[in-house]
Amino acid sequence: MSKPIKQIHLAAHFPGVNNTTVWSDPAAGSHIEFSSFAQFAQTAERGKFDFLFLAEGLRLREQNGQIYDLDVVGRPDTFTVLAALAAVTDRLGLTGTINSTFNEPYEVARQFASLDHLSGGRAAWNVVTSWDAFTGENFRRGGFLAEDQRYERAKTFLQTAHELFDSWRGDEIVADKATGVFLSDAIAGTFAHKDAQFDIHGRFNVPRSPQGRPVIFQAGDSDEGRDFAAAAADAIFSRHSTLGAGQAFYEDVKGRLARYGRRRDELLILPAATFVIGDTDAEAAEIAHEVRLAQVSPQTAIKFLEQLWNRDLSDHDPDGPLPSVDPVVGENTISRGRASVRMFRDPIAIANDWRAKAEAENLTTRELIAEVSGRPSFIGSPQTVAVTINDFVQADASDGFILVPHITPGGLDPFVDQVVPLLQERGVFRANYAGTTLRDHLGLAPLPAPRRYVGHSASTGVAS
Amino acid sequence: MPESSNSMRLSVALDGAGWHPAAWREPDARPAELFDAGYWADLVAEAERASLDFVTIEDSLTLQSDDPFAPDDRIDRVRGRLDAVLIAARIAPRTRRIGLVPAATVTHTEPFHVSKSIATLDYVSTGRAGVRVQIAARPDAAAHFGRRELPVIDELFGEAADYVEVLRRLWDSWEDNAEIRDIATGRFIDRDKLHYIDFEGRWFSVKGPSITPRPPQGQPIVAVLGHGGRSYDLIAGSADVGFVTPHDTAQAANIVGEIRALQWAAGRSRQTLHIFGDAVVFLDGTPQAAQTRQRRLDDLAGVEYRSDADIFVGTPGQLADVLQEWHEAGLSGFRLRPAALPHDLAQITEGLVPELRRRGLFRTAYEADTLRGSLGLTRPANRYQVARLTRH
Repeated sequence: MSKPIKQIHLAAHFPGVNNTTVWSDPAAGSHIEFSSFAQFAQTAERGKFDFLFLAEGLRLREQNGQIYDLDVVGRPDTFTVLAALAAVTDRLGLTGTINSTFNEPYEVARQFASLDHLSGGRAAWNVVTSWDAFTGENFRRGGFLAEDQRYERAKTFLQTAHELFDSWRGDEIVADKATGVFLSDAIAGTFAHKDAQFDIHGRFNVPRSPQGRPVIFQAGDSDEGRDFAAAAADAIFSRHSTLGAGQAFYEDVKGRLARYGRRRDELLILPAATFVIGDTDAEAAEIAHEVRLAQVSPQTAIKFLEQLWNRDLSDHDPDGPLPSVDPVVGENTISRGRASVRMFRDPIAIANDWRAKAEAENLTTRELIAEVSGRPSFIGSPQTVAVTINDFVQADASDGFILVPHITPGGLDPFVDQVVPLLQERGVFRANYAGTTLRDHLGLAPLPAPRRYVGHSASTGVAS
Repeated sequence: MPESSNSMRLSVALDGAGWHPAAWREPDARPAELFDAGYWADLVAEAERASLDFVTIEDSLTLQSDDPFAPDDRIDRVRGRLDAVLIAARIAPRTRRIGLVPAATVTHTEPFHVSKSIATLDYVSTGRAGVRVQIAARPDAAAHFGRRELPVIDELFGEAADYVEVLRRLWDSWEDNAEIRDIATGRFIDRDKLHYIDFEGRWFSVKGPSITPRPPQGQPIVAVLGHGGRSYDLIAGSADVGFVTPHDTAQAANIVGEIRALQWAAGRSRQTLHIFGDAVVFLDGTPQAAQTRQRRLDDLAGVEYRSDADIFVGTPGQLADVLQEWHEAGLSGFRLRPAALPHDLAQITEGLVPELRRRGLFRTAYEADTLRGSLGLTRPANRYQVARLTRH
């Protein structure tokens, strides 16, 4: 029996504060006005996308001791802009990245439960962790977590939030005017949680929301991150966009689910992907080359180089060869607030690889950086992009993609207008939303109603 | 003293099914929809039709309770609420002129988060955001956050003053023209126009700058409800709008005098500070009908309704008499708390507002696009820009 044809899941990432976003393009609009967010979300909904995705960073990045000024800087508050987007869309899922280190469970749980109510069941939470004292300087709790404690905090934070979501079963509000019974359960919302991270108890004040709780996303790629996703997430946001790496990651993560008593279809794997579409493959390739040069300006090339070299290279010629000095090994002191520098585990080995590649291909520093710092995942005609995406999904390299356009807010339009219809023709992507909630779009079964709180006895008598 | 004709400001305070505990049992109440966006959108649209300056939306970090210190186990009252900032954000794109002033608790929350959420509310409403900052003195709220020791109330107001200072500094931490998109130098921003706020106080320190650029109004409106003591210091020292609770005209004049003196002492004599009177209102076509309704609601609740604010029971015309007198005593506006929704809100928009207009006390339409504009506040200079330009 042949493998059933999978349905593709598509999401749209509002262009972020990094060099993927080409702010210098004449078509580039505001990154902060609500009209940009509304237009982007409505385009995604026109394309019947599963959800919109927002990233978050809680401290402006710095390099060489100064605020980083070459990329888009500045973004709105995640919850607030998602709640506003619920007013201008009807079906699109609304996924927010919220940090488990610089927030408290009671507050985050009531914000997500509120967002889920106000959007009619479209909320999702990308749970991220951080531990840096640099970001902590913006918060009253300040401080930081030891790196090895961040998943511990994330896990217990999420578990605590679930206990809050589940403190209401969903049938308590009867609001019977005749009998005067508003609430059928006198202790609705009761919770108590105590562990090394949190010691809280009381009554949660938001009744159960349409989805029961937000859909849970996880974005970490480490071994711990994968286990965290396999144990607790509904979807994982990965960065593996080549076929081989995607298949290996997919098999690894799906293989972990059984350990947590979960089926393979209970966790979706959705890598981030960029794209460039042209009338022909050749035209798309040309545009992609221009986009890469716009993404890696001479100034950006030097800053990127400094992030690996971990030293000031402001006098280096971006149009010349790579520096002959070696990177400074050890703690990265040149760049702060940027997760990607943590990927440089062995900077000298990476520098040597880059030098070999530059020499073999006769590349300048800027050209080399454009090559190694990421290129669009899908480049081609609408037909080519549709076929490639479908092949990835059917070959189990992913369950779909979170698309990151390089132009705000119009960068999604070519995909929605030209690629989506081809996927719909092939019968691998929805022509219309079948359900109303994000769980419906993602093919996740509704959550069962939680059991009544039994942590302590309580009276249930009718008050006067 | 009234500034001029048409000078009265008017707002309504939205909370659940209304402020009376039995309001949800009224025939026109929609208690099963309290957690739906449509319910709130309808109420705010009604307020906007009457060109009210703003609505406030109540919030708290605890489940409603008749017990001042702990949860209760009542099942005959509205229990549960949605986050007020998110309700306001959900309504913002569907309204055009009315100000949106959600409550935000400052005792257990992060000023960095609240600053960017109100800045973002200002973006999604294109300049109509405010925030009513409130303390949480209840021990059950502290237990929701696991804070080990809850300071005494006076200290909570001191913490609130620091909190508002951080909100305001973060809103100014980007100059208006910080985004330059200079292709020649590859710079998206001019980082000389972004500022660390470097706030260090007794309760917290915050570095900045905000991750959110300066909001459309520059400084969204900060409101505070006060009942005397340290709360008046907070109004006088930190707020754009103070809500107070006089019970007669003489008291209204006294409170205004007291807060104005504190405002002068705080060095804010040149800044506009509105002092609004709060009142719970039961409004009907005849005084008897209003009284009957109040009694009926009290009977349903099983207890006579009491409030920190004055309780007005009567006709919209009688209420207009009282507001006019209090306005002449120095209150610049009012925040009316409808006893039952939507009934008492409709009495305000269809009865009170036309009556005030007939008397030349309230404008006939919106005259500004922003909440600051409606309240007669100019867009303020950026403190860091002023400091930077002064240095040069």
